[in-house]
Amino acid sequence: MSAQLRDRRYLETPFHARVAAACETNQWYSWKRYTAVQCFTTVQQEYFAIRNACSVFDITPITKYRIEGPDGLAYLNRLVTRDLGKLKPGRVSYVAWCNDQGHVLDDGTVFSLGDNRWRLCSQERHLDWLLWSAVGFDVQIREETDEIAALSVQGPTSCRVLKAMGLDGVERLKPFDLGEFQAGGTRILVSRTGFTGDLGYELWMDPSAALTVWDNLMAAGEAYGIRPIGSHALDIARIEAGFIQAGVDFVPAEHAVRPGRARSPFELGLDWLVHLEKSNFNGRRALLEEKARGSRHRLVRLDIEGNKPARDSFIYDSRRRVVGTVTSATWSPSAKANIALATVKAPRGGPGDRLWAEIYYNRELQWNRVMAACRVVEGAFFDPPRRRTTPPSDY
Amino acid sequence: MSDRFDAVIVGAGHNGLCCAAYLAKSGRKVLVLEAADAVGGAAVTQEFSPGFRVSAGAHLLHMLDPGVAADLNLAGHGLELAASDLETIALSADGAHLRLNGRRLDGAGISQAERATYTAFMDRLGRFAEILQATYLQRPPRLVEGGLGDNLALAKLAWRVRGLGRDDMRELLRIGAINIYDVLQEEFSTGLLKGAIAFDAVLGTHMGPRSPNSVLTLLHRLTGRLGREGSGLALPKGGMGAVTAAMEKSARQAGAVIRTSCAVKQILVEGGRTTGVLTAAGETIGADLVVSNADPKTTFLSLVGARSLETAFVRRIHNIRMRGNAAKLHLALSRLPEFTGLGANDSGARLVIAPSLDYLELAFDQAKYGEFSTAPAMEITIPTAHDPALAPEGKHVLSATVQYAPHALRAGWETGRDAFREIAIDCIAGFAPDIRSAILHAELLTPADIQARFRMHGGNWHHGEFTLDQFLMLRPVPGAAQYASPVHGLYLCGAGAHPGGGVMGLPGRNAALEILRRRAA
Repeated sequence: MSAQLRDRRYLETPFHARVAAACETNQWYSWKRYTAVQCFTTVQQEYFAIRNACSVFDITPITKYRIEGPDGLAYLNRLVTRDLGKLKPGRVSYVAWCNDQGHVLDDGTVFSLGDNRWRLCSQERHLDWLLWSAVGFDVQIREETDEIAALSVQGPTSCRVLKAMGLDGVERLKPFDLGEFQAGGTRILVSRTGFTGDLGYELWMDPSAALTVWDNLMAAGEAYGIRPIGSHALDIARIEAGFIQAGVDFVPAEHAVRPGRARSPFELGLDWLVHLEKSNFNGRRALLEEKARGSRHRLVRLDIEGNKPARDSFIYDSRRRVVGTVTSATWSPSAKANIALATVKAPRGGPGDRLWAEIYYNRELQWNRVMAACRVVEGAFFDPPRRRTTPPSDY
Repeated sequence: MSDRFDAVIVGAGHNGLCCAAYLAKSGRKVLVLEAADAVGGAAVTQEFSPGFRVSAGAHLLHMLDPGVAADLNLAGHGLELAASDLETIALSADGAHLRLNGRRLDGAGISQAERATYTAFMDRLGRFAEILQATYLQRPPRLVEGGLGDNLALAKLAWRVRGLGRDDMRELLRIGAINIYDVLQEEFSTGLLKGAIAFDAVLGTHMGPRSPNSVLTLLHRLTGRLGREGSGLALPKGGMGAVTAAMEKSARQAGAVIRTSCAVKQILVEGGRTTGVLTAAGETIGADLVVSNADPKTTFLSLVGARSLETAFVRRIHNIRMRGNAAKLHLALSRLPEFTGLGANDSGARLVIAPSLDYLELAFDQAKYGEFSTAPAMEITIPTAHDPALAPEGKHVLSATVQYAPHALRAGWETGRDAFREIAIDCIAGFAPDIRSAILHAELLTPADIQARFRMHGGNWHHGEFTLDQFLMLRPVPGAAQYASPVHGLYLCGAGAHPGGGVMGLPGRNAALEILRRRAA
């Protein structure tokens, strides 16, 4: 009985047999109740697969909702802060959505599948919110997380690997394009999206096709340095790209218990996702007020002197007052820089602002402290042109 | 743009009319749109059988705010009372009835001690009701995002509670949120008396005597008789329609324009602001200020539409409890019925059928499970005893509120209406055996009928149940509790807003004052 319960605690993705066979370190974690890998071999190897070759990351646990019905677009446009009025079938849009107070519930992607069908992908689960949001709209909403297997194929050779696998024409996909492909008798939905800030694609398929697709992908990629990767390597890449993560760089508003912990999109650097000119969307009123009053916090990208990662560091201003904390930090092998994402109190964090990170590090059980100067960086730390080039070069 | 109105008020119920009068008196150009062919909402006098007229919704006037009556000069506009300080007679099957009037209690077998307890009890509840009343005359304070004024109002409220003195304050805090059953069991020994008091606590609610909040509802009711020795229950001459007719005259005299038979189909919203209304006839009437006398669910979910609102607000509005659980019975009578143990002079009293706490609770039990009470509780008035003009010469009208009749009747009211009407008549016949032979016509308005006729969601005449979680700064929901709504320029002025239901006029007055205060700022 207890064995049965334990078995059910974590789900296995449809790729699990291959993933488990490839995982040399046995470093697992739970990602939204699915068993997922932190690291297959070494983090360095996997990171360089993302940046120099081709990486494969099992993203089946991403929360997925199917939205269908004649009011689907109107529904989504009321749900998210971005104007999706021009989102055409075959396109994907990065979005954030807020509660009535203008606090971010999550960020994610909307896939326009055509024929009044959409998919919303997110980190957290939101079915209750999505259903309440449907009052007054002719839409049907259901969760389809477990019905779709998905892989993220990222890196400079990713396009070449997919072509070698038989996805003819995949090179024509522009960033945030979406297309359906046939490979070896299997239907695969491919989106040119990802969480690495690099050239890359995401493959969405029926779970029954998962193992075949994995095998074909690995065979096709053998000559192009393909390698399965875990969450640790991906985390370095996404910090380099400057991407924020729910639960890490901000607390999803539904999870925030203490007052003042939730964040608005302005406070997360997502201003470009907020279209206040839309007639109505969740959070609009509060965001208009915030726009007039000014935000309380600011999310900044920091280039920190030295090479000691500023994990969990306090951030100080020039008068040595604590003005914020680091939420994500890493050494960036590609930017050759010590980088971090941090939340600071406004108006701190403007371009050129002088900030210091208080970094603690341990050398043979002795703790040391350094106050490292920080430079506020605009844009991504690493942003290769191949991320946007269509068709991608055959590296 | 000379014909553009400063404000459009949706609905000419008593609160819509009050709001219109206050706004018009301050110089605003006001247009009131009423779907029905006459003003009044649920405070109307309607003919239900040729020559027989009755207060079709509310049938007793007992909460009208004296300040509103004076400000609107209702007496000057023709409001007269046919009777006031009506006695309540709690009917007993054996004819040993009790008589209650304000703080006075009489009846066979009532001990001196019981009488004294009753007076002390009513006096104490009166002191508690005064605290409620103090909050009724102003907009509810904001708890979370309040300013100095809100904090002062909260401090005043706390000060008033403290000012009750140690014993009363403890008692208020003890009984404020519990149920009337427990309180009455502590105080009294006479079952009939307990039934009659509990009846007042649960009248018009979805509650039995053992339901929490049933002390609060009684206090709410008692705010109507503050400062009076008697019951404060009155019958307007010409029925309740006379109250709203006077309000209409007052509003018109102040300059308000009132259009009847003009239903509003939609409250128009653009970019988070109201731009006016669209009528059922397809006419767009532009205005920067729209005030809704409709209940919150109708206002936001039907007239504004969820699409123009935000999700959490829609969820709150959706979750407002407004379950009507009372029916109205109207009888056209060829003569005065004879109630066992009552004299002809007693026909003008308010007659209550609620013989015990358990009788009420059992009646409510059925309603909880979607059935009407087979032994219902009732409040009966025979207005023609004081106001003969409501019926042809020598004939009479009986108007009764009958509980419980759940809006969501499992069997459906199309099949249930006739059966429940007969049950209600039989119930009266238990105390007035000759009644059936006097009936010329009988009409029963179920909560479904009340919803359709008076456009009240759920047939709930309070526009939202009166409970602590839907009270004061939580009424109807946080985010719309200070009359302003999330839609810029759209206000609530109906019973769904603070202080709530009953023909008081205060939601309408308070909404108007809040609008004027904000527009002046």
